[in-house]
Amino acid sequence: MFKRSSWLNRCITPKTSLPMPVVWSASALAWALMIGLWAGLSYGGVVPAMFLPTPGAVVDAALRLSRDGALSEHVWASLEVVMVGFIVSSVVAVPLGLLMGSFRVVQAFLEPVVTFIRYLPVTSFVPLFILWIGIGIEQRVSVIIFGVFFQQLVMIADVSRGISRDLVDASYTLGSNRRDALVHVIAPASVPGILDTLRVTMGWAWTYLVVAELVAASSGLGYLSLKAMRGFQVDVIFLAIAVIGLLGLITDQLFRLIRLKVAAWAQ
Amino acid sequence: MGTITAASNRFGGVAAGQAGASQAATSLKIDSVSLRYPTPDGGVFTALENVSLEVKDQQFAVLVGPSGCGKSSLLYLTAGLAEPSGGQIFVNGKAVDGPGADRGMVFQAYTLFPWLTVRQNIEFGLKRRKVGAAERKDIVGHYLNEVGLTRFADNYSKQLSGGMKQRVAIARALANDPQILLMDEPFGALDSQTRLQMQQLLLKVWEHSKKTVLFVTHDIDEAILLGDQIFAMGARPGRIKKVLDVPIERPRHLDMVMDPGFISMKKEIFHLLHEGEEH
Repeated sequence: MFKRSSWLNRCITPKTSLPMPVVWSASALAWALMIGLWAGLSYGGVVPAMFLPTPGAVVDAALRLSRDGALSEHVWASLEVVMVGFIVSSVVAVPLGLLMGSFRVVQAFLEPVVTFIRYLPVTSFVPLFILWIGIGIEQRVSVIIFGVFFQQLVMIADVSRGISRDLVDASYTLGSNRRDALVHVIAPASVPGILDTLRVTMGWAWTYLVVAELVAASSGLGYLSLKAMRGFQVDVIFLAIAVIGLLGLITDQLFRLIRLKVAAWAQ
Repeated sequence: MGTITAASNRFGGVAAGQAGASQAATSLKIDSVSLRYPTPDGGVFTALENVSLEVKDQQFAVLVGPSGCGKSSLLYLTAGLAEPSGGQIFVNGKAVDGPGADRGMVFQAYTLFPWLTVRQNIEFGLKRRKVGAAERKDIVGHYLNEVGLTRFADNYSKQLSGGMKQRVAIARALANDPQILLMDEPFGALDSQTRLQMQQLLLKVWEHSKKTVLFVTHDIDEAILLGDQIFAMGARPGRIKKVLDVPIERPRHLDMVMDPGFISMKKEIFHLLHEGEEH
């Protein structure tokens, strides 16, 4: 038998593709191990139920909170904040990032300030935002925008700066003016990179959402988690974490699908 | 073999007998062009020194020379993608002051827009120039056929080979009906077999379109096979050493590279380009 043809051998050969069933099995195995470990620790009584709920208890909590509609209310509250913050941020960051990557003067103008702000910890601004904006949804949205916008701007500027000069030159020799070069070359060429940036920063948006909701909110998954901590309902805390993870997974896959659809040419 | 100045009346294959072909208007005039830029160590690099040349309408002119002789720079200056430090370039009497659709270009690097299909790439310039949909369809169909890619009209560039990409690039430039076609070592990245096929295809396409062409190469065979007129260039500083007319009948064929006349011309250019290197 040829040495590299066995799938076991292929698993330990660098940069080698594998049959899909093996790939899926590896992914399923990770989930099984994680849930198995959790079940073992909780059902086996290794960790007291007060600190680590059983998987069954978390499912019960999910059913209980779903029945009175509380869960979906918190999910929608969180989704609303994430989406509003993320969309507002992206709508400004995408065009501005394209300009920043295309025009040296825009880069020179924005880069120093943006880089400075980008390295400030978002959490340190939460008290300031509460003071300025209060504890309404605007405050949570602001935290997300603040956390995501400057990162998006720099990453999208990098994407458009990386577009080959030859493509732009080619468009000029075909009769493009400067606006055409921006709209019909740099922008479409940047689409795959922009979608990658949005996918990555969407994950950060969820992180900042919980930060904002833990500090000042009256609804949302972070708030649900905080309230559960006060009542020692560790199963609800686990539920909130699981739901955030699940929502993150769904939005991530959504972006992956959009990229496959919209930018199939770049795969 | 010397420079044959009367060669212009042999050009044009089928159209060769046309009266007045030798009095054709000047299509491209490069007038005392220099290009200098500062080097990192504070000096000045002279890429081109006082270069002048003229290309008549419907001629295939070739710039041949070693790397560093500024032949590609001259093409970029003609395209208006760079600005000369001195001198001026005129295309059909109009001074070049920036890039424009009247000077189409095929680059050495693959420059197809990867988010567009082959058809949409060829359409790109037509759309910028607001050509109507029906006319666009006709023009694109014609050039797809010319470069033999009708079957690949709806493919993306990642699905094409290197030779096919350059065929699309040629079709894209020609579809825009430029006054001059600039070609910067368009076959430089291709394997030798594909290169021969592309030269044959270009000969055929050019016979049909009769565009004025300025073609850059470092391959002497390619220069003689394709060109009506060859500008042999030297480096440091980049300059034109000699202008040669190619006295070979059209239509041309790949096997002409083995003709004695072809070989003696190749020798002459070889020695021109390697002057001063012998000991």
